[in-house]
Amino acid sequence: MKNATYDIRPGGAALVTINMEGAPVNVMNDAFTAMLDEILARLEADKDVISGVILTSGKSTFVAGGDVAKILELRAQGAEAGYAFVQGLKAQLRRFETLGRPVVAALNGSALGGGLELALAAHHRIALDDGKSQFGFPEVGLGILPAGGGIVRTVRLLGLMKALPLLTEGRRLKPAQALAEGLVDELAATPDDLIARSEAWIAANASPIQPWDRKGWSIPGGDMFAPANAGAMAMFPSMIFKKTKGLLPAAERILGVAAESTQVGFEAACEIESRGFCDLLMTPAAENLIRTMFVQMNEISSGASRPAFKEKSRIAVVGILGAGMMGRGIAHSSAVAGIKVILKDLTLEAAEKGKAYSQALLDKEIAKGRRTVEERDAILDRITPTADMADLAECNLVVEAVFEDVGLKQGIVRDVEAVLPEGAIVATNTSTLPISMLSQASKRPGDFIGLHFFSPVDRMHIVEIITGEATSPETLARAYDFVQQIKKTPIIVNDSRGFFTSRVFSVFADEGDRLLKDGVNPTVIENLAKQIGMPVGPLAVQDEVMMDMLLRSFKTNQALDAELGDAYARTYEVCGELCELMSSRGRPGRSAGAGFYDYAADGSKALWPGLEALFGGDVEMPLDDIRDRLMFRMVVEAARCLDEGVISNVRDGNIGSILAFGFPVHTGGVYQFVQSLGVERFVERAEALASTYGERFAAPAGFGATLERASQAKLAA
Amino acid sequence: MPHAAIIYDAVRTPRGKGKADGSLHSVKPVRLIADLLGELQTRHDLDTSRVSDVVLGCGQAIGEQGGAIGKSAALLAGWDDSVAGCQVDRFCGSGLESVNMAAARIMSGMDDLMVAGGVESMSRIPMGSAGGALFFDSELMTKVGFVSQGVSADLIATLGGYSREDVDAFALGSQQKAAAARDAGYFARSVIAARDAAGQVVLDHDEFIKPSTTLEGLGGLRPSFAKMGEMGMNAVCLAKYPQVSAINHVHTAGNSSGVVDGASAVLIGSEAIGRDLGLTPRGRIVAMATVSTEPTIMLAAPAPAVRKLLGRVDLTIDDIDLFEVNEAFASVVLRFRDELNVPEEKINVNGGAIAMGHPIGATGGMLVGTILDELERRRLKRGVCVLCIGGGMGVATLIERV
Repeated sequence: MKNATYDIRPGGAALVTINMEGAPVNVMNDAFTAMLDEILARLEADKDVISGVILTSGKSTFVAGGDVAKILELRAQGAEAGYAFVQGLKAQLRRFETLGRPVVAALNGSALGGGLELALAAHHRIALDDGKSQFGFPEVGLGILPAGGGIVRTVRLLGLMKALPLLTEGRRLKPAQALAEGLVDELAATPDDLIARSEAWIAANASPIQPWDRKGWSIPGGDMFAPANAGAMAMFPSMIFKKTKGLLPAAERILGVAAESTQVGFEAACEIESRGFCDLLMTPAAENLIRTMFVQMNEISSGASRPAFKEKSRIAVVGILGAGMMGRGIAHSSAVAGIKVILKDLTLEAAEKGKAYSQALLDKEIAKGRRTVEERDAILDRITPTADMADLAECNLVVEAVFEDVGLKQGIVRDVEAVLPEGAIVATNTSTLPISMLSQASKRPGDFIGLHFFSPVDRMHIVEIITGEATSPETLARAYDFVQQIKKTPIIVNDSRGFFTSRVFSVFADEGDRLLKDGVNPTVIENLAKQIGMPVGPLAVQDEVMMDMLLRSFKTNQALDAELGDAYARTYEVCGELCELMSSRGRPGRSAGAGFYDYAADGSKALWPGLEALFGGDVEMPLDDIRDRLMFRMVVEAARCLDEGVISNVRDGNIGSILAFGFPVHTGGVYQFVQSLGVERFVERAEALASTYGERFAAPAGFGATLERASQAKLAA
Repeated sequence: MPHAAIIYDAVRTPRGKGKADGSLHSVKPVRLIADLLGELQTRHDLDTSRVSDVVLGCGQAIGEQGGAIGKSAALLAGWDDSVAGCQVDRFCGSGLESVNMAAARIMSGMDDLMVAGGVESMSRIPMGSAGGALFFDSELMTKVGFVSQGVSADLIATLGGYSREDVDAFALGSQQKAAAARDAGYFARSVIAARDAAGQVVLDHDEFIKPSTTLEGLGGLRPSFAKMGEMGMNAVCLAKYPQVSAINHVHTAGNSSGVVDGASAVLIGSEAIGRDLGLTPRGRIVAMATVSTEPTIMLAAPAPAVRKLLGRVDLTIDDIDLFEVNEAFASVVLRFRDELNVPEEKINVNGGAIAMGHPIGATGGMLVGTILDELERRRLKRGVCVLCIGGGMGVATLIERV
């Protein structure tokens, strides 16, 4: 037998150790289910000679869930293939639970999705208390649902109220939490203890029967109509809607299956679950989430776009120039990741203020029980504030995060290079200034690169790496490694005006402002932006970012346009116009208490009534046009980025758009949006919008072919 | 119409507080309605074998209220075996729906004498007891954009610009008018005291009315639906009504209909049977209308229902003397008033469900009796009863005093 071992223990228990060949983790696919068939056949043959069954894994994790490649394959084959596969898996799990011998799941590591479902089909679950293993149902995040009986068994085991959060939120629980929730029954201190406890349970429970197979059993807490559940059941659909806006069907479907499962017998509940799975499997959202959030995200994590230098590098000391909002955040993330940080500003006081920001963040975590005092002190010890450039002499990497001014930045590049060792990388956190322009100040432009962080740095996982004309592949690889070292997600962008994220995001604000100028009710603009899945409306987001700041960078871009002969600022000129208008009226945004919205002391906000006098707001425009203008404006701009070579592979744009500015996740990102819709339909709609509303909606010629080329997955050697 | 549907009488129980300490909590629902049938029988020396059917509205038709309660009631009241019975569910409009169904059977000439009305013991079988896909099936709730009726009422207030002060003022008016009417004996003919088997009075007046209500007192009450709105129902509203920036949660326990126990029974028959049995006609059901509208806003159907109703018989608002618009929530009535430009002095002149309570399946039958009494008292001609209903439905009836 391959893929698993089968040994009868001295006490008579059959120890089944799952260990799928050639895979780092056990995932459920055809090879896995074939292995289960073999195991079950042996168990059923040995039933009278074994005392029970211990299911465990030969890997460091138990079973990590369904094989995503298999899920995509099922989707391509159709609902019937999906149904057959999950019904087959369910039948196998049912054979474990009705074997007639006690089955213990000895969870030596993480059990997620299908892995947890396998464990739930056992009569008893013991988890190794290693403090890091994870238990949960991540399926909702991929747009599908647990289809190996996970919904049916979790509801029948824990009741609706306890099961629903676990099934719909995708939370991963640590061993102690899993015990508290009732997903596992016992914890074990060591691997030996794990097996010993498993054997002890088998010895004490010779004829186990699952609760739901016992006569007279009823669902804990009652069914969906039980008075104790009624209030919550009435609220769940709208609570889910508030989060998903109806754009992600999985959570609602899980809720429906879970509720219905309480109205029918076990077999019918399983069927409802399987059919729900098939329905979700075939949705565009499932394809989009799996492709982008799983497949492409994994490609990025495994360095698919990283130049193929074999050795992964590490930064030992990072220098941060400028302890302002961005610099202090970069310093914090670096120190948390174990990197020594030299945090420099013009004065020591300013640099120390930057370090104090780290302390404040860590103290908050301590108060929440997420950090110990020792950990805080160790992190803070790594940050050395200074006003002396000479202190950066030992840095392998410097990130400059000073004011957005070409002269200032070029000066500081020269200053820091004077003290840096050979081979140190100089990175700029600029969001607007061309890398190649800044690199002119560098003696070693091959070691110069853009590292565009997002605010607040401690919470924004994405970093936009921008390669200048002269940036060497090695520098890119090392920058990539640094971003991963500080546990962030890198996307790679080629130097161009606005790079990728700023350029695409600015047109969202610009289109919102154009709609406002066109006389559309601002309430409608903001609500429809949320309806398409943007987390914040275009007017609110300009208030958040502050329009005086946006105006400054707009003017910088205009000046650069004049200098370089570009037309970049024109792409968001209405945004620039309205930022000027609002700022000149003393309404630059949220931290001033007034922008497009008025901000009250209690934290609430309301659209400024003065917008009516300025823009009207009673123009009737088809709601679909408003929605599509907001969405397509971003996607067309992203398409141009791809067309111009700003982005080389769709994954960087997809992940970048979702993580940097909340592009609706159900679409899978700006490029997956087009692929899901279909290039033809995309171009057709874009052209319709262009002819009604303007050339800014025109998709680049030959975009279908461009998209195809940029989708070729290319894993690094 | 080939046959007129004549209202010969309309009776109702007093409304008891719909909680465990309410006066009618100790009276089983089938008894509540059976005793009204008994009253009709006694008052009119009724040969019950001439009644073909007892059609009763009931919103939560399970347990003690399950099983075609109209038939159970007829049997418990000792009516002739030949009297059939059934139960109707159109949520809050069930009582008026029953009246309309009975009237239609009389008008068609297929039946001669029927009882319609409803019963609801909200204290014994609370709202939600009978389940229902619209309130529990997440697929359906998501598909239609379901929000609870209180949030719908707040949405109506937001769209109509009705402030907390507006709805509280309306509620105060309902309390004052109901108290005055009750004290002046306007309900004396129709409200039949609930008695026990030994004849002792269990409840003889609408106990839910709060005559000492003040605007200040109302103003101090907590908005009942703000929390559920914030948890998600506001987002559902804004998705369907993107011109709304935020829901103004103005409804409270003080300006929403009261949860109560009660029953109603309306005796409806042909002119011929009235002559035959010596029954005195009081009114005539002239027209009826059932409509359905957008389910998220849910409670905005009264105006469309009355538009349809009056359109059927070519009448206008000016031709109607009195309106009974069920006070599910204050904003429902304010919107009705404004949408059809109905003079305020014609609406709910003796108070409404905010003061007296809304026993879901029974209310429609109660409104018929209330409006008929007042048309008689004032010697006016035409009255319209209308109720908003879950799911966006509405039901209306036009009555003429004879």
